[in-house]
Amino acid sequence: MTRNIIISSTFHLFIILIAAMSLPFLTKKPIDLPPIISVELIQITEKTNIPFALKAKKIIEKVKKKEKKLVSEQAPPKIVKKEKPDAVPLPDEKIEKVKKIKEKKQNPEKIDTEVKQVSEFEKKELFDPNDIAALIDKSKEEIGETKHRTDKVTQDQDKSVDMSGLTLSEEDALKAQIFGCWSIPLGLPYNQNLLVRIKLKLKPDGSVIRSEILDHARMNKPGQGFYKVLAESALRAIKLCQPLRVPSTGYERWKDLQLNFDAREMLEG
Amino acid sequence: MFFRCILILTILLPIKAYALIEVDITRGNLNPLPIAVSPLSIDDKSKENFEKILKKKNIGDEISIVVENNLKQTGLFNALNKDAFLQNPDIAHLKPRFEDWALIKAQALITGKVSLVDEKLRVEFRLWDVLAGKEMMALAFTTVPNNWRRVGHIITDKVYERLTGEKGYFDTRIIYVAEEGKKTNRIKKLAIMDQDGFNTKYLTLGNELVLTPRFNPTSQMVTYLSYFRNLPRVYLLDIETGIQEVVGDFPGMTFAPRFSPEGNKIIMSFAMDGNSDIYTMNLENRIVERITNHPSIDTSPSYSPDGKYICFNSDRSGYQQIYVMKSDGSKVKRISFGKGLYGTPVWSPRGDLIAFTKLHKGKFYIGVMRTDGSGERLLTENFYQEAPSWSPNGRVLIFYRETKTDSMGEGFSAKLWSIDLTGYNERLVPTETDASDPSWSSLLTN
Repeated sequence: MTRNIIISSTFHLFIILIAAMSLPFLTKKPIDLPPIISVELIQITEKTNIPFALKAKKIIEKVKKKEKKLVSEQAPPKIVKKEKPDAVPLPDEKIEKVKKIKEKKQNPEKIDTEVKQVSEFEKKELFDPNDIAALIDKSKEEIGETKHRTDKVTQDQDKSVDMSGLTLSEEDALKAQIFGCWSIPLGLPYNQNLLVRIKLKLKPDGSVIRSEILDHARMNKPGQGFYKVLAESALRAIKLCQPLRVPSTGYERWKDLQLNFDAREMLEG
Repeated sequence: MFFRCILILTILLPIKAYALIEVDITRGNLNPLPIAVSPLSIDDKSKENFEKILKKKNIGDEISIVVENNLKQTGLFNALNKDAFLQNPDIAHLKPRFEDWALIKAQALITGKVSLVDEKLRVEFRLWDVLAGKEMMALAFTTVPNNWRRVGHIITDKVYERLTGEKGYFDTRIIYVAEEGKKTNRIKKLAIMDQDGFNTKYLTLGNELVLTPRFNPTSQMVTYLSYFRNLPRVYLLDIETGIQEVVGDFPGMTFAPRFSPEGNKIIMSFAMDGNSDIYTMNLENRIVERITNHPSIDTSPSYSPDGKYICFNSDRSGYQQIYVMKSDGSKVKRISFGKGLYGTPVWSPRGDLIAFTKLHKGKFYIGVMRTDGSGERLLTENFYQEAPSWSPNGRVLIFYRETKTDSMGEGFSAKLWSIDLTGYNERLVPTETDASDPSWSSLLTN
């Protein structure tokens, strides 16, 4: 019995030791992080493609001199020397197709893919150090990746918009529509509180189900005749404008809408 | 346990809540409001009777035309063409088909009915909100048939007030100096007319020169200046009764008598010992009080609506400028500092603005500024124009404009013009003769 216990303990201890020796988190070796490569961001115009390439080459050569091993691993100078058509892995037919499309758009300057690359290159938030080699290569693959990332950003924006309200363009469209419908009564005093708040319940097509003046009690107060006139003009504007120019999606977020009509700016002139 | 589970589930369940979206509308359009003025319906019997009394074929049509023209001249309303109306006036007055009126882009609708009741004209009218599909106002008036134009003006005042928020200015009159003859030999008579140029009456015969008639802000009383045997006299004229009285003879040059807001005083300027200053006269006891005492020329005084301040023009700074002081003559303060000469300041009935005439580089301007002199705006420019007078609601100014004479001394004319505070709605006010020095009355009915 005692012998069996000793054998078992020894075996268990052996297993534990092996596990401790081989598991990476138990070793105190430093993590082999990829080296950091400094990249100079330069604004490039259509005519400065070649200087950019030279500059990039110089930078790479400098890095190469300082850290030969790293450069050889991360950015082989041969690839830098390669001209653009050789670096593009797409078949020739596809390139021709792209050119044809651009000609159809009647673009006199024939904006090529390099310009697009530059514009994307300037966007710091889209810049990924891991893709440095691809950036220097100016390859088509990189464009695809960037586009993919851009799409992702748009989706994220949509999500945030979903929670916050109308986008600026959506709000501007709605405002512009109501500006055109609202005839401001010019006889109102400009130095008084002329804010009429109207809460709307909308249908998905933008037509109004219900409109409610939030300060309705003020309409019948003595000496507030001007407020009544203004409120009525605002209601007329809503009726005249409907269906309102609302976004085609996200009904849940704008089905209840509050419009604040403020005439002070206009009346003060 | 069950309730705990429900509570936990409620917490864990994803609930999507949206904050209420608010959109600020800070701009609108200043386009005239489209309004349909339906002819006032009338029964055949009343129509025949009115035709005999007033020599008008259809008095209902005539009243609606008065209303329509009044609304048009404001520049704030676009009276729609009657040919486009789809509904008969009598049915529209009972129950408008709002869809028909919305179809022709009307946002407001006026309907009415005229009848003869006990030899009197009875007019009822309704104002409708076409888009909301509801009645906004309904009123009826009874008066002598000859007052039919005034009924049209009163209806306009009510509609204007209901739709703009401020009092109207249609049931008012304008007194002015009617001029005839060559420039070198003008006959000047005192004349009065409705604000739209109708019902002109001449109050003097033209034997004496008359100048600067001004309405009492509280009643149908007028003060004016006339030269009798080459001496200036200030007169009071009751328009209702036609009774005229001399307030007093004043020495030297006397200018522009004007009523105080209560109507119990007259303020004017005249030259005493060669020095022109501002004086007031109490109409009850005829006591004259000196307000300014300065070696410069002080003229054209005008009270603020609350009677606490007076604006006037003076050349005490070297050039003619506008000044404001307390009604007792203290705390004189210059308010105009622009280039050119400023004259004929008139305090707005609303109290917020002072209208003036400005001469700069040989051109005359009618403008307004705030009572502290800020926010100067020149509304109109011409060869020669002056003497602005406010409409009772403080929105429109009436003034007169003269044209140049040609090399033969012909072609001279003087006409009344009106302009609103926007500066865009400038209109010729029709008069039977040449006209100058207009003054706008207060509303005849409140």
